Amino acid sequence: MANHLFFPLLVPLVSAVLATLVSQRRVIARSIALAAVLFNLGYSIWLLLAVGATGRMVTQADDFAAPFGISLVADGLSAIMLALTSVMMLVTMLYSFSTVSPYRERYYYYPLLLLLLFGCGGAFLTGDLFNLYVWFEVLLVASFGLITLGGERGQLEGGLKYVVLNLLGSTSFLVGAGLLYGVAGTLNMAHLSERLGTLEHSGIVTAVAGFFLFAYSSKAGLAPLFFWLPASYHTPSIAVTALFGGLLSKVGIYALYRVFGTVFQRELAWLAPLILLVAGVTMVVGVIGAMAQVNVRRILAFHIVSQMGYMAMGLGLAGTVGLAAGILFMAHNIVVKTALFLIGGTAEHLSGTGELKQMGGMARREPILAGLWLLASFSLAGLPPLSGFFGKLGLIQVGLEQGQWLMVGVAAAVSLFTLFSMLKIWNEVFWKKAYVDQTGMPRASALLLAPSALLVALSIAIGFGASPVLNYSRYSAEQVFNTQRLVQDVCGSAGCEAVTSTAN
Amino acid sequence: MTFVLSLVVGTLFAGAAYLMLRRSVVKLILGMALLSHGTNLLLFLMGDGVVKGMPPFVDEATGVTPTAAADPLNQALILTAIVINFGFTAFILALAYRANQAVGSDDLDDMVETDRL
Repeated sequence: MANHLFFPLLVPLVSAVLATLVSQRRVIARSIALAAVLFNLGYSIWLLLAVGATGRMVTQADDFAAPFGISLVADGLSAIMLALTSVMMLVTMLYSFSTVSPYRERYYYYPLLLLLLFGCGGAFLTGDLFNLYVWFEVLLVASFGLITLGGERGQLEGGLKYVVLNLLGSTSFLVGAGLLYGVAGTLNMAHLSERLGTLEHSGIVTAVAGFFLFAYSSKAGLAPLFFWLPASYHTPSIAVTALFGGLLSKVGIYALYRVFGTVFQRELAWLAPLILLVAGVTMVVGVIGAMAQVNVRRILAFHIVSQMGYMAMGLGLAGTVGLAAGILFMAHNIVVKTALFLIGGTAEHLSGTGELKQMGGMARREPILAGLWLLASFSLAGLPPLSGFFGKLGLIQVGLEQGQWLMVGVAAAVSLFTLFSMLKIWNEVFWKKAYVDQTGMPRASALLLAPSALLVALSIAIGFGASPVLNYSRYSAEQVFNTQRLVQDVCGSAGCEAVTSTAN
Repeated sequence: MTFVLSLVVGTLFAGAAYLMLRRSVVKLILGMALLSHGTNLLLFLMGDGVVKGMPPFVDEATGVTPTAAADPLNQALILTAIVINFGFTAFILALAYRANQAVGSDDLDDMVETDRL
């Protein structure tokens, strides 16, 4: 029993309550939030190392035996996601200290961030499908609060689209979970993977898998379900955009990896061509959508969509090596995407606008910011030796091994277009002469630059230390696909079916 | 009974789809509410189907589980889903009210500011 798995959930929850109580006193609320995030960061780094050394950790809520109660399961993928969540939460929180208005801070900004951390932690740690639904709702409701906090017109419009589309996805998730319970009679992921393996297969499980595919794709913003993402992600404050763009959109991909890698393995073999098609279309549509945009954060929002395609490609390659490449790419992308939003957001914060036409001259005014942008955008486009290169290299290698020529071609071509968009922002924001009066423009303080510098350093570190990161993502991908081991870890060596039959 | 209820679920889903495809925000929200009701009813139909069963309590004196007990998990799932949907409906109503104040219209086609170049 690894009861410590409850800590990364309890600490944010309790701190969220405390921060709500003292929300009028900004300094105390900030310290509480920061303390909780630092705790989660320390814990998740320890978990990362411990899971790497000893394997999967499992605990049962209230000590109910496995398929009956609610299991918390931490494997490599959970540990990676949990650690990245904590890092992203830390940098966005540091960034919020200097950018979010005091008005928003008083109206429960930090409690909402902590609840988001709580929801993400739960989603990454749960071993139960219905619980995953509940955790999704927890993080969704916190994100609804964050995206509309401030109540500007754009936020309300974008927020409405965000809320409606996400609720539709959740409903589909719930329908899928209900039908799956009707078919298999259990919702524990380990038990499901055991039962669906032995079940007399009719088409219904494939149909149910379709509900899950719809739900997670719409949350991840895969084509053709991505329209809500570029319509809403650029509206809230910069720190929130960075957190959503970097981290939150990837929760849908995590759920795809987890559920299709573990529960629907047989369906994955069927659905892989469809997932690859969706991945390719998503890459192309996202990158072309970005070309038409003339606002920093909107361009970056369309690039989220495009990058989602690469992560879906990792799943569509339907195997341990493909998934490992996908996990590596996702880890890289969370870091770099957040960095880009923070850097572009800083330029926007200083200029007072995100419209490319009215910006300029930033390279001369803020050389450090410009340098960070270059590094992060090259990493996103996939230039060696930055982290993006190894992420894409893995995907393309696996694609070539499987003979998916078209997919590999699309992935490589989209990289070039990504570089084009990044250079567009570079030219307009940093390189060109400013045509508007910039005399009153503030300078970037160290507190504005530090979070993105931290992330760019992390991206370079992933690039130079690619081999241990790649090994860890291989290890996690094997854990996701090895359902026999999962069943043994969760339900004991005899398996979940043995536990239920003795109980009857 | 299962057949009748599945027809009801289908009707609720159809009504929800119709309402959600309208341009009015209020109709959209009503559609979402109908959809969640349909989903709850669908969850109710899962499990052992709709049968008359004993309450799923273990007899404390004898420690025996009743043989024809109803499946309690469906009810638990539905209860959770109802609570979540209730909260979301309240939130989205408030959001629609504020959006209506800011935009001055109930028409989704007027809410295009975030999509415009």
